[in-house]
Amino acid sequence: MGDPVNRQAQSAVLFLLGASLLHAATTDLYLRYVKQGLRPLVLVSGAVLIAAAVATVWYERKRARSREKTHVHPEPRVAWLLVLPLLALILVAPPALGSYSATRTGTALQEPLAYPALPAADPLPLNLVDYAGRAVYDHGRTLTGRQVQLTGFLALDHDGTPYLVRMALNCCAADAQPVKVALTGEVPPVLQPDTWLRVTGTYTARRAEDPVNGGPIPFIEVTEAKPVPEPTDPYDESWNS
Amino acid sequence: MAITKPAPQRVEPEGRHLNSPLLLTIVMLVLVLLQSPIRRALAAPVMQSWTTVFVAVMVQALPFLVLGVLLSAAIAVFVPPSFFARALPGRPALAVPVASAAGAVLPGCECASVPVAGALVRRGVTPAAALAFLLSAPAINPIVLTATAVAFPGNPEMVLARLVASLLVACAMGWLWLRLGRADWLKPPSHPSHDGQSKGEAFWGSVRHDVMHAGGFLVVGAMAAATLKAVAPESWLRAAAGNPVLSVLALAVLAVVLSICSEADAFVAASLSQFSLTARLTFLVVGPMIDLKLFAMQAGTFGRSFALRFAPATFALAVLVSVLTGWVIL
Repeated sequence: MGDPVNRQAQSAVLFLLGASLLHAATTDLYLRYVKQGLRPLVLVSGAVLIAAAVATVWYERKRARSREKTHVHPEPRVAWLLVLPLLALILVAPPALGSYSATRTGTALQEPLAYPALPAADPLPLNLVDYAGRAVYDHGRTLTGRQVQLTGFLALDHDGTPYLVRMALNCCAADAQPVKVALTGEVPPVLQPDTWLRVTGTYTARRAEDPVNGGPIPFIEVTEAKPVPEPTDPYDESWNS
Repeated sequence: MAITKPAPQRVEPEGRHLNSPLLLTIVMLVLVLLQSPIRRALAAPVMQSWTTVFVAVMVQALPFLVLGVLLSAAIAVFVPPSFFARALPGRPALAVPVASAAGAVLPGCECASVPVAGALVRRGVTPAAALAFLLSAPAINPIVLTATAVAFPGNPEMVLARLVASLLVACAMGWLWLRLGRADWLKPPSHPSHDGQSKGEAFWGSVRHDVMHAGGFLVVGAMAAATLKAVAPESWLRAAAGNPVLSVLALAVLAVVLSICSEADAFVAASLSQFSLTARLTFLVVGPMIDLKLFAMQAGTFGRSFALRFAPATFALAVLVSVLTGWVIL
């Protein structure tokens, strides 16, 4: 059999795990994996893990000083696996889900409850999911004649159709689902998947069917496309509000 | 994932044990030195999405696991066994529905309920009642029901159907355990005894034990869920949606495979709009009761021979009850 995990190693693992959670929650790193609302919980759990590590060391030293006979129950080897998530968080820090997941999953567009009037800005910055909902389920009534600005990352379909995508998230990246808007018009000649773009364009009645789940994909007639840095929160969390 | 697997998985002959702090240091050092080859190996899109989903499941589940672990330590250290003897009806058959309904007060997802149920069993609560609590808590608490109502604005009956079906399955599994369950399927408690320890030491000892133990199994479950999410194509689902029987089974299996937090699963179910409401109800009832990460954690807390019997029975019963409930309510 391999080595069971003894107390010192356990407190080291607990401490590192807590520290990596605190690190993720105090920077914007956590937004690649979970929703914003989980931040306080992640912070608290990181602090509790560190407290558990400190308490373990403290009681261990107290016990050693009093020279009590210790009956140590080592934890099973499966506890070693806890090293994996903390390494993945600290060393790898994987990026938010991108075009690979987006092209393998069907569009998750749902009918909005209402279509509130849009502000009078021109061009109008609009949430990609909001645009798709208005375009498909309201037949673009609130969008006609407006210049809109959408932000999302690029994904290319098997046949080369370019989509602007935003992953919508409810809790964590495991439940993230894409909402896609297909690009037509002045599409940039070189398209690199996973590039973040701010696209300016107008509504068009053209539609496509998602090859994965048959869901509706609206189009946007592009007049300008500009590369932009990835937003702080790469996911769309409008379903949470 | 052979690269990042820690070295201690190796078989070591008796008597030549490295001590684990040293081993931990060596593993960490080697991995830090190898970090650029590891990063390169993880740069392929499929590996990248695997790692993202794996980390996401862990970051999302750990806070709830910690919440459950704190509660379970508080139960183990501060609540005397006599409290449960008074709070629950003496007859086990009556204790089961009371414990199922009590699940409504644990606001969290399924990761929190496993350590709490383990602590209840150690505190002398009849296993049938603790298991009913384990199954009902993640599905019927107010946060989850509110999320369900938000996700299905056009179908408020979905909330009622989820509540009723989950309670029925939890009670039925509790009673089934009373009739057929055998105490020797449950692993004897591996917790160190708290005799001769101060309350603080016992509390933090319990927290440390549960995080290390359940956390290790949570990692196994998260890896399985990430693998299936990154590899299994969604087009299979589309093929199943047309057939009423297949669609229920497909979403039941999907719930097990995806291992989504019960606070978020309603939104995913809502987006699976090509499926019938009954099939989506099955997804919502099965998911919080049995999925890959729960199975791994149950096997760790209650023992493998328990989990191998309990999980399939829960799955079958949850599917059956969901179909019946869906037929009556939806």
